[in-house]
Amino acid sequence: MSPDDIRTIGTATLDRGNEGAAPRTKLRVIDCDVHHAMRSPADLRPYLSKRWRDHLYSYGNRRPVPFMASSPYPKSAPALSRTDSWPPNGGPPGSDLDFMREQLLDRYNIEYGMLHLLSPEGMDQRNQDFGNAVCRAVNQWQYEHWTQPEPRLKAAIKIPGEDTEAAVAEIEHWAGNKDFVQVAMVTHTIEPLGRRRYWPIYEAAARHNLPVALHTSGYNGHAVTGTGWPSYYAEEHHEVAISQQALTTSLVCEGVFERYPGLKVVIVEAGFAWVPSLAWRLDRQWARMRDEVPHLTRAPSDYIRKHMWFSTQQADEPERPEDLRDVLDWIGWDRMLFATDYPHWDMDNPELVFKCRMSEAESRMIYAGNARAVYGLG
Amino acid sequence: MARHVVAAAGEIAPGGRKLVTLSGREIGIFNHDGEYFALLNRCPHQGGALCKGTLVGVVTSPQPGRFDYSRPGELLKCPWHGWAYDIRTGQSWCDPNDTKVKSYEVTVEPGATLAKGPFVAETFAVSVEQDYIVVEV
Repeated sequence: MSPDDIRTIGTATLDRGNEGAAPRTKLRVIDCDVHHAMRSPADLRPYLSKRWRDHLYSYGNRRPVPFMASSPYPKSAPALSRTDSWPPNGGPPGSDLDFMREQLLDRYNIEYGMLHLLSPEGMDQRNQDFGNAVCRAVNQWQYEHWTQPEPRLKAAIKIPGEDTEAAVAEIEHWAGNKDFVQVAMVTHTIEPLGRRRYWPIYEAAARHNLPVALHTSGYNGHAVTGTGWPSYYAEEHHEVAISQQALTTSLVCEGVFERYPGLKVVIVEAGFAWVPSLAWRLDRQWARMRDEVPHLTRAPSDYIRKHMWFSTQQADEPERPEDLRDVLDWIGWDRMLFATDYPHWDMDNPELVFKCRMSEAESRMIYAGNARAVYGLG
Repeated sequence: MARHVVAAAGEIAPGGRKLVTLSGREIGIFNHDGEYFALLNRCPHQGGALCKGTLVGVVTSPQPGRFDYSRPGELLKCPWHGWAYDIRTGQSWCDPNDTKVKSYEVTVEPGATLAKGPFVAETFAVSVEQDYIVVEV
């Protein structure tokens, strides 16, 4: 039975189900993870030079994994998305701005939405020059097709982070453009992101006061954790959070935040209940092995709390909802950035996701205030 | 409580469904091999339009490497997070002890009975020769 066969009767038209254009809440929301998409891979072509159009035609996208048109895991739903998010006018979920306005921006009273483009990914390209061209192309495409037509949407500067020089050049090209509010890299990288080869990126981002957003993504050819390739999506979906713990550990222990005190890092789409336990364990090691990492002048938890923000989705759902308050108390209510992850299947609904108590002040911080501060939004 | 005529019998094919609004509630009516079930079109988990979801069966496994597939078409999966509900009872498959979607009583009744009322049928002229699907809300 296809949803297309649904018919209507009586007093209301129901072909849109629960999706009305009118917001049902006065809660103002800044959504820190929204996925737009190209209607077709051909949308990239006008933004590539003839040289790279020919390359794309002849050689295509080549990433360090043996899956060219898909991902190594089944992702639960077609296009990784809510089955009701396919635009009525065609194209994949997230590819139709009007439908995104109706289903997300207007419906949930979204003041700003932070765009995270997952495909095509320039940073994953094995041909680095092509990867650089892809980044420039997708950034121009984001600007023309998304942030200019819809001022509520803000883009991230997609950079080819494995080629540091080109990555910095991409930051310099867009920095100062108010449509771009952060820098984005994949998280599954060739080396852990704290390593010095990536530091010029952090220098440039900090100098321009642009947060670095690390949305769980990317294929580096390695299993998502160091324990081998998981069999099931049910495993991989959780283990991306473990990979973000490794990334956080690397940023802290390599001394990135010591070297760039103005650097802001936003972890996107990894949940957050793991943050306290990771920090406790790092603090313990640091207390005992400070002579191994003498460049860390403060406890790891201190760097995490001062330099890192965490998007809420997929919000952890403990059996006792109030337990979540303890986690949020520890991380700091000022560190959390609400995110839906629209249109993906595991999106969080701002009206229903948190089952624990929240004061009005706490709610305002998580749903909009923290994002306004970290991104410098008016 | 009111009894609403929502469709003529035969209008919803086996395996099919119809969405209606009754007393301000969006409700999905499902035909499972001639049996009718009605569920509220709102997932108790995070509010997704449940009745637009896919109908699936139950996959169970007595041990790793073996599986059984049963009750095809009797579980409704939310279009968002895939929480599944038993269309017969509204009981959640993910959280059976604490979560349930509201279900409604559905009957098939002859037009001759309905013509005597009382019932609500905003867009229906009921003929005594036909049977109708009736939901109590």
